[in-house]
Amino acid sequence: MTGFFGALAEAWDELRVHKLRVLLALIGVAVAVCAITTITAAGDMLRQVSTEVSERQSGRPATLDISAYPTGQEAPGVEEYVAAYEDITARYEIEHSSMTMWAQTPIRFPGGTMEVQTNAVSAEWATMHRFVVDGGRWFTEADEGNLSPALVVNQAFLDALGQRIEDHPTVMIGGENPVLATIVGSYPNTWVDEGPSAYTLVSSQLRWATPESLLNTGPPRLEVWVPPDMADALTEAIRRDLAGAIPGSQSDVYRMDNPEMGMMDQATKWVILGVSVIALLLGGLGLVNIALVTVRYRIREIGIRRSFGASSGRVFFSVLMESVVATVVAGIVGVALAIVILHNVPLDTMMGPAVQDRPGFPVSAAVTGMVAAVAVGALAGLIPALVAVRVKVIDAIRY
Amino acid sequence: MSLLELHGVTRSVRLPDDRILEILRGIDLTVDAGEHVSIVGRSGTGKSTLLNILGLLDTPTAGEFLLDGVPIGRLSGRVRARRRGADFGFVFQQFNLLQARTALENVAAPLLYAQGKQFWARKRLAAEMLERVGLGDRLDTMPEKLSGGEQQRVAIARALVRGPRVILADEPTGALDVDTGGEVMDLLDTIAQENGSALIAITHDLAVASRAKRHFRLADGVLTPIAIGARSAGSLDGLSSSVERVPHGDDHQAEHVAVPLDPVATSRVGATPATGTTAPAARADDLLDDSVAAS
Repeated sequence: MTGFFGALAEAWDELRVHKLRVLLALIGVAVAVCAITTITAAGDMLRQVSTEVSERQSGRPATLDISAYPTGQEAPGVEEYVAAYEDITARYEIEHSSMTMWAQTPIRFPGGTMEVQTNAVSAEWATMHRFVVDGGRWFTEADEGNLSPALVVNQAFLDALGQRIEDHPTVMIGGENPVLATIVGSYPNTWVDEGPSAYTLVSSQLRWATPESLLNTGPPRLEVWVPPDMADALTEAIRRDLAGAIPGSQSDVYRMDNPEMGMMDQATKWVILGVSVIALLLGGLGLVNIALVTVRYRIREIGIRRSFGASSGRVFFSVLMESVVATVVAGIVGVALAIVILHNVPLDTMMGPAVQDRPGFPVSAAVTGMVAAVAVGALAGLIPALVAVRVKVIDAIRY
Repeated sequence: MSLLELHGVTRSVRLPDDRILEILRGIDLTVDAGEHVSIVGRSGTGKSTLLNILGLLDTPTAGEFLLDGVPIGRLSGRVRARRRGADFGFVFQQFNLLQARTALENVAAPLLYAQGKQFWARKRLAAEMLERVGLGDRLDTMPEKLSGGEQQRVAIARALVRGPRVILADEPTGALDVDTGGEVMDLLDTIAQENGSALIAITHDLAVASRAKRHFRLADGVLTPIAIGARSAGSLDGLSSSVERVPHGDDHQAEHVAVPLDPVATSRVGATPATGTTAPAARADDLLDDSVAAS
């Protein structure tokens, strides 16, 4: 046991004495480990950004879009759709669901009335689509009973209104039944020069809109967020139920989110891993290079240590341990550097919109980086260790 | 049973042109525990090779080397290394201190290869040893900041820190001036005696050689017992020294041979330097040459 600790103490002593050499040798390894950890974290972040962008568009896995289009002359009324959808969510005990109805709503802005694209949803919709407001708030259940419809509008809407969300603005919705709406929240424009748009609650929409205007832009749809492993079975069951509930219509149920995202994740992961391994190998080559030069420089010292009783095995192990201990230190430095970088660089905002569920520090990547660094250290130490063992003691002492 | 026994030991090397060069030829030597032996000889006569064989750093090409009565040929490389660390302490001419390490770290270095208590208490043991050689106040000093004598004292402390049974000193005063060399040898003698360690000094300095109980001359790879006379060994206050020579192979029956010394040689040998003499000119090295010794 003392032999192991002795070799460890000897290796540490060597590293301590040759700080500069060690520093030079290990820059490559530290950078590689830092790169592995940072790239993995960046990859995780990229995947998360990509996932969240996709989920904003298409919902979380698995989101089913349910609709029924009339095939005959007589179209079903809105109340039939509402009843059928409520029946479906109740029957399958679906926790997260939202009806959606697109409409062109006349809004009376100071500059005149403008048809604004409005999406009527339920309060659950924001959770299902990772939707966040940047001012005010999203809908709550309390808004359902409010006689003044609640609106969540985009920045362009506020600009057209000439008010700020902090001022609790209201706006008149025109049409056959004009109503004063309360703007409770706002969200940023998605693109430059975007026109006004708004979200409202389905319950409010149903209250003040005429049945005809409700169906102008198509029948209401239902979105449900269900466990991915049940998606296929539910798709079939809901399609069947809906066909029965709304006769004379073609019911349609399809999965909105992209199940292929997982495969893309795997591909990204392998590319990142490949780049990292190459970086680490390059770092290891630098280490071998410097370690070899150093061993030749230390021939005399190795000879002296042999006179102290160091066996060839001990010399081999000590030189090997130097590389291993050094790469462990470099690995720790690399991981620490990665932590600093990840803590200070807003990777998510650099890649797109800020993520809601920020991925944690990639501990597995840090561990992988450390293990790889130790393995590279052992490999890099192997050649100098073999050279050290071949040193002829007598020549070494005379050297 | 003697501590070290060499019987007919030969060491040869193959030269690039495939010729065989015999560095040592038929060496017979017996060293008992606590004994002080000196081996004198000119440069290139195989002194260091003999020392390396004695210290288990090298192996004989032929002949037998017994350590505690056990042929070292039977010991594995690992066991030889362990015995070398535990039983032998080396003192080199050029000190061979580890650079960029303090005196304390240098002395503690051999204890990295020790077991148990010696390993774990290495810093304390090293500090105590440095205290013994009078360098208790230089523990954290780097070798390059120490004088030659101090460096050799660190080397002595390092050689003795594991309490070896044999101290092998290769030209221990070769890099030191006369006075410092004398002080270093006094220290080496004293501590070796206190520890009960055998001391084998290889030198071409008669003053160093004369401190030993038994003396040998190595010339052309052949080890010959010699005896340095009372005048030369004790107080070389004259112009010449008597060197006793015994027939090869018999290291106990010495034959007296008168050997002249020059003032330079005398000053290196004796405590009292020779002054104003008209002695024949010859260096101490020359005195060890066959031709001079036989004259």
